[in-house]
Amino acid sequence: MRAPGGTDVAVGDVLLSVENVSLSFGGVKAISDVSFDIRKGEIRAIIGPNGAGKTSMLNVINGFYHPQQGRVTFKNQTRSEMRPYEAAYGGIARTFQNVALFRGMTALDNIMAGRTLKMHSNLFWQMLRYGPAMREEVEHRHRVEEIIDFLKIQEIRRVPVGRLPYGLQKRVELGRALAMEPDLLLLDEPMAGMNMEEKEDMSRYVLDVNDHYGTTIALIEHDMGVVMDLSDRVVVLDHGIKIADGTPDEIKRNQSVIDAYLGVAH
Amino acid sequence: MAPNAAARADTFPKLLMRNAQVFGTRPAMRHKDLGIWQTWTWAEVLDVVRAYAVGLHRLGLKRGETIAIVGANRPRLYWSVMAAQMLGAIPVPVYADAVADELAYVLAHADVRFAAVEDQEQVDKIQSVLERVPKLQLMLYDEKRGLRDYDHSRLHSMEDIIEEGQKALAGDPSVRAWLDGEIAAGRGSDPSIILYTSGTTGASKGVLLTGERSIMAASDTVAFDKLTEHDVSLAYLPLAWVGDHYLNYAQGLVSGFCTACPESSDTAMADLREIGPSFYFAPPRTLEVLLTRVTIRMEDAGFLKRKMFHYFVGVARKYGERILNGQPVPLGGRLLYWLGDLLVYGPLKNVLGLSRVRVAYTAGEAIGPDLFAFYRSIGLNLKQLYGQTEAFLYLTAQPDGEIYSDTVGRTFPNVDIRIAENGEVLFKSPGMFAGYFKDEAKTAEVMTPDGYVKTGDAGYFDEKTGHLKIIDRAKDVGRLNDGTLFPPKYIENKLKFYPNIREVVAYGDKRDFVAVMLNIDLTAVSSWAERNNVVYGSYQELAGHPLVYDMLEKHVAEVNRSLAQDKMTAGAQIKRFLILHKELDPDDGEITRTLKVRRGFIEERYAPLIKALYDGSKEADISTQVTFEDGRKGAISARIKIRDMKTEPTTAAMGKAA
Repeated sequence: MRAPGGTDVAVGDVLLSVENVSLSFGGVKAISDVSFDIRKGEIRAIIGPNGAGKTSMLNVINGFYHPQQGRVTFKNQTRSEMRPYEAAYGGIARTFQNVALFRGMTALDNIMAGRTLKMHSNLFWQMLRYGPAMREEVEHRHRVEEIIDFLKIQEIRRVPVGRLPYGLQKRVELGRALAMEPDLLLLDEPMAGMNMEEKEDMSRYVLDVNDHYGTTIALIEHDMGVVMDLSDRVVVLDHGIKIADGTPDEIKRNQSVIDAYLGVAH
Repeated sequence: MAPNAAARADTFPKLLMRNAQVFGTRPAMRHKDLGIWQTWTWAEVLDVVRAYAVGLHRLGLKRGETIAIVGANRPRLYWSVMAAQMLGAIPVPVYADAVADELAYVLAHADVRFAAVEDQEQVDKIQSVLERVPKLQLMLYDEKRGLRDYDHSRLHSMEDIIEEGQKALAGDPSVRAWLDGEIAAGRGSDPSIILYTSGTTGASKGVLLTGERSIMAASDTVAFDKLTEHDVSLAYLPLAWVGDHYLNYAQGLVSGFCTACPESSDTAMADLREIGPSFYFAPPRTLEVLLTRVTIRMEDAGFLKRKMFHYFVGVARKYGERILNGQPVPLGGRLLYWLGDLLVYGPLKNVLGLSRVRVAYTAGEAIGPDLFAFYRSIGLNLKQLYGQTEAFLYLTAQPDGEIYSDTVGRTFPNVDIRIAENGEVLFKSPGMFAGYFKDEAKTAEVMTPDGYVKTGDAGYFDEKTGHLKIIDRAKDVGRLNDGTLFPPKYIENKLKFYPNIREVVAYGDKRDFVAVMLNIDLTAVSSWAERNNVVYGSYQELAGHPLVYDMLEKHVAEVNRSLAQDKMTAGAQIKRFLILHKELDPDDGEITRTLKVRRGFIEERYAPLIKALYDGSKEADISTQVTFEDGRKGAISARIKIRDMKTEPTTAAMGKAA
């Protein structure tokens, strides 16, 4: 699967790079002078204590926030100001820290919503649900069914999302992001509030998405065990500053990371 | 249906050939994939299975070898069974949810060199025990997902193997002729399948069945229930269980009916509704879950709907079973029932996916009379059968119009049943097994010198109905001191059908009379207490409440009345009972994890209570150690009252079985 538009990037090359980004809200500095990159095909974790600027970083990447300084380069295209819909068209999908689904709609319809950007037939045909619109609908539905099969949520296809337990809502949200066939998938705390078993399931799906669809994944996660097991590389933020960047093993040994998490004696 | 043709074909591959010819364009199998039901006709199934067999042969599967089948009910796994049988290899289905340990035991014991599995989960599980299964060489998988990076030197996708077989068949006409030869070379007396028993009693044993006998047994039941190629069943019970292999695989091939595979195990209920099977099997537990779901949803329904539901369920209880049995019913009753069918039973059955069911069976454990009556009263032709893996399922079944909740039916045509001295049920049947795989000692153990098989169950033929009644495991049946038969489980089950009673332990073997210890069901009894303003501070207090005792006394009296009606059990009426002050708990080792009471252990642990039950005391003190949920230990002590029961008058002389 490949998103339309954009320049192709080979596996292992830099897919997205963040250079010297600084972001502040009034007098509050959320991110100061952070640089890192995400290579195609990897699982990249962004970790850090509360308020470190992780979610702000994701918001910068998908164009929701515009940094005062620095550049974001995605698929070799540098944009100083990218809008969220441009990011979506360009192949960036995300899930949210607190589930953001249409609660009254079924799981199926929610995932179908992820296909919106890929619909090409005009409003007229879509209203008639006939001709080219119908053909398109069938094709999109096929893709969505593949995702439903992939995430093993067949039994909740017709269930309104609001009635589902939290763990399943998270899975539907992942499904909707996958429906966009993204090049880069941003997961904001995909395992927050889950029990051990749900976490294991979700980890499995994250790895499977990466393996099966070849999707590059950037995730924010608090569960260190999960982060160390899943990710290829980890970047650590603290108070908006990058304090470490490397493989899970390097991060585990890094003194400033340990200090940031456990505190230092002054 | 052509039973004669079925009888002529003595192996399943030959039957498949016949079906492709006779029912070529009829659906043989359905599977919901990506939200859409896919259908394969008998002719298509034959083509796929032939290609699959060729592929397996090229991988090296030989006649007489075994191949493990692990996974859920999916077409390709059924085809794996068929393809293996086509080559004369012996499929060995294994429970998909078996823990790695069990799986390793079966795979090693069955000497499998090949395994056909569903997905990555099963591949991982088998690989984790690989060193214990040294003979295993090759695995085939149905679902590709997640397996891309695995070492494929010993791992193949079924899809690829089938495709290779197709190419070989298309490219070389001699392959086709060779395969026809292989099918023809299969003899009815060859082993057709090995089904491992679930192993509740010790290590699991591999029950070896032959094609000819399997087909003979299935032909009998297909004729009994008049199954034809127009019937449909949903395969949702474990592939490795004799029930699925018999009801769906064997009966499907013999009658030519269509077997539908659910999308996933969690969607079975919804799929049932979409498929609308005409032949249905469900263990009592499933039926109970269904009914509970209906009851809960009705409690949430609007006032009018709720009233209507309860009213017409009452009507059904009064007339439903009689109408189903073809007994006389007053015209008014018929009209009301007709209206109820229109407004309640019809829609209800439709929601449950049971609208088109013509024949439904339940078996495996005792079914509560109320539960059984409910389904029958709304017009579902639910019947009971009795059998076991060694018999290839059926030994007895209830014919239409002769339905009782406490019997398992008449001896099946061509089956011979005998009751041994000790009450054990013995049989000879057309589908009888050929022996336990690689275990002649065990085989000899269960056979009588004159060729009958011991079921291990105790039972007797009811004089009134001529039906078989199963009362307990033969080894658990005891005798009172006066020689009266004492079936503990039979008595315990009768009590457990009352919602207020959660657990029962019955004593009587080598004693003067029967006495029971009861556990209340906290949910049911506390809600009763709430409704009746009974105040209590703890489980212990509620359990010891005089009004609770009064209520359970009524239940025990009812059970005594029902025991008294049958001369075999009349002597085993309950003389004394008590209510335990704590719930029997697996953490304390009193019941197993699968919720079976450990009678011997409880007898030791509650020795003072047992003593009191039999020495005539009115109450007894007990102190027991308990393990709390966080692992701490503590002691609970209590003074427990014991009640005496009146026994019903019986024809005493006949009560002695000895």
